[in-house]
Amino acid sequence: MTNSRKRTPAEETPEGSVYGGKEERMEEKKGISRRDCLKALTVVGCTTLAGSAVEAHAYKKFSGWPGRYGMLADTTECVGCRSCEAACNKANRLPKPEVPFDEKSVFEEKRRPTSSAYTVVNRYSIPEKPGTPVYRKVQCNHCNEPACASACPVRAYTKTPEGAVLYNQDLCFGCRYCMVACPFSAPAYDYESALEPRIVKCTMCHERVKQGGIPACAGACPVEAIKFGKREDLVNLARERIRRHPDRYVDHLYGEHEVGGTSWLYLSGVPFDRLDFPSDLPDTPLVEQTKGFLSAVPLVLVLWPAFLGMAYAANRNKEDDQ
Amino acid sequence: MRNESMAKTDTFPARFMEKLLMGMPLSEYVRTLITPFNVIAAVILSAGIPLIVLRFTRGLAYITHASNEYPWSILLGWGLFSGVPLSATGYIMATAVYIFGFKKYHPLVRLGVLTGFMGYLFAVIYLLIDIGRPWRIYYPMAVSFGPTSVLFLVAWHVALYLTVQLLEFSPAILEWLNSRRVRKWAVMITVAMTVAGVILSTLHQSALGALFLLAPGKVHPLWYSGFLPVFFFISSIYAGFVMVIAVSTVLSRFMRNRADRDFLESLDTLTVGLGKGACVVMFVYFALKLIGVAHDDNWNLLATPYGYWFLVEIFLFVLVPGFVVTRGVKRNCARIVRIGAFYALAGVILNRLNVSLITFNWNVPGHLHHLVPPGKEVVVVLAIATLHIILFRWIVNRMPVLAEHPDYMEEK
Repeated sequence: MTNSRKRTPAEETPEGSVYGGKEERMEEKKGISRRDCLKALTVVGCTTLAGSAVEAHAYKKFSGWPGRYGMLADTTECVGCRSCEAACNKANRLPKPEVPFDEKSVFEEKRRPTSSAYTVVNRYSIPEKPGTPVYRKVQCNHCNEPACASACPVRAYTKTPEGAVLYNQDLCFGCRYCMVACPFSAPAYDYESALEPRIVKCTMCHERVKQGGIPACAGACPVEAIKFGKREDLVNLARERIRRHPDRYVDHLYGEHEVGGTSWLYLSGVPFDRLDFPSDLPDTPLVEQTKGFLSAVPLVLVLWPAFLGMAYAANRNKEDDQ
Repeated sequence: MRNESMAKTDTFPARFMEKLLMGMPLSEYVRTLITPFNVIAAVILSAGIPLIVLRFTRGLAYITHASNEYPWSILLGWGLFSGVPLSATGYIMATAVYIFGFKKYHPLVRLGVLTGFMGYLFAVIYLLIDIGRPWRIYYPMAVSFGPTSVLFLVAWHVALYLTVQLLEFSPAILEWLNSRRVRKWAVMITVAMTVAGVILSTLHQSALGALFLLAPGKVHPLWYSGFLPVFFFISSIYAGFVMVIAVSTVLSRFMRNRADRDFLESLDTLTVGLGKGACVVMFVYFALKLIGVAHDDNWNLLATPYGYWFLVEIFLFVLVPGFVVTRGVKRNCARIVRIGAFYALAGVILNRLNVSLITFNWNVPGHLHHLVPPGKEVVVVLAIATLHIILFRWIVNRMPVLAEHPDYMEEK
């Protein structure tokens, strides 16, 4: 994999992000990747075409809406009561489940969010700690720079300033590229619907948050394993917990840096890959993976006619000589 | 010439019917339709078309295995990801003849363009069945723009290229319709359309690979590479060559009566020539695939089950067919080149299925058992492929594809 595992500064004030941005760019210069080379070529091409005004914006950096919210899930505290699932179902008026929410047999298999459940909790037994299973809640992680949003050809996804990633079914034509792109396989699709299939996923209770409330799952958790707050504060809180209890937690706040950071953050006592968290993700937003390709597009558009025109002319010239 | 035909059939509907029925009375035309191939086709269609209807009454879940983990199934893995490289024939042949001046390949240009156009047309048909709300397919073009998406690019380019290929093929349609004046205009834009075709093909053949750049954790690292767009583009070049060989082989056998002497007599020589082009590109592609492994330092992964599968793909389905084609070229034997061409085609399809289905989500538990498509989906794919062949045959039977139209010879 070509991506270098660079750390983006975790939390930044507006001033801080400027410095962070510069520092990072300095780092990038150490090794020029193909992508950077293409980027640079595009910048050169654009500036030549459009004058130097373009240059000022060529490396525009946006490290997220300031003061956006996040959620912190502490898997060492979760008791697997599924109250969050029930609260989510009620708050979002989802269909009644086949198996009631107090039923524990659902843990026998690993579940995932579906078109009728925004979130599910899975149980993992850890061989070193027999008798104390670990529970993990799964839902959309509301990435800082969501792959689903960059994948959508009709911009049906929006990253809101509050932190939630929202989906608009009025624009969606059902290509499902967002599902391919999502590194957490979070979006579900309504395959049963013949004429109005749509993507279904967690909204981080956006309407409730905008009205000053907190997401239903966080409100329902009896052991406060799910915390809602400013993402910046949650990162500090989680880091503090890891510092204070090094024996309780692994030194990894999942979601702090993964794919450029997510709104949902996770603490765990066991390595995250044991809980089926994807462990092979780059720390840069996934949209970075396609930027190089997309910036080569205008080059092809401009250069190919010239090259092919030359080939054509050379060929005509040869014919004339004969 | 025109006056004669006017005298024979004077009204437009009558003339048009004559064109449609290839100059036969209706009863005779219907009789010619009863052939073993058509009987099999009828059976497939009578099973497949109701299933396509059911997709729009009971949802995609009724005909496919597609799930929340595997959003794209064989409908797209075959119809779009395999169909599009096999449709590179249009830009390969048009560029060779009109831009680079390989004039002797002229008998194969129309066949190349038609194969390309039909391939794209049917890729869109597979897509229309697969996407949730097909009546919104124009949304990326008119309603809401998502320029950060590679799929946005693909949507635009497939739409534009379909139009370009229709224009490229239009002289044949216009010759069939005896529309001399419009045809003149259509011929005039040939070079411009060819250039447009190469640009659009370069971009979206590679874009189909770039789509998967967004899924680094999902596609197996041996197939995931920053070079994916380059792999897809380069392999589409040789796919175009070998597809022209394959289609011309089939047609020269089953539709021999539609081809003129020029086509049939030059076909063996041209096949060897195309094989020469194909094998060079295949070796280049093989080298690129090795560079891909080296670039990401994935050598250690080659000694895993997926690694063996990767080696099967690049050795048995790229290098060996490359050698077969080379042998045919060296011995100037069109038959060997043809065998190699079909073999290489299988390799292209295997690669696209590997990226889009077989290694996609390779680390999801129980991955491989998702791969066998349900019977209904296979029948739907067979039905669309059958329609593809029928429409292709319909066109070749009527329009000057394998033969020059006698009225337009002088303008060659």
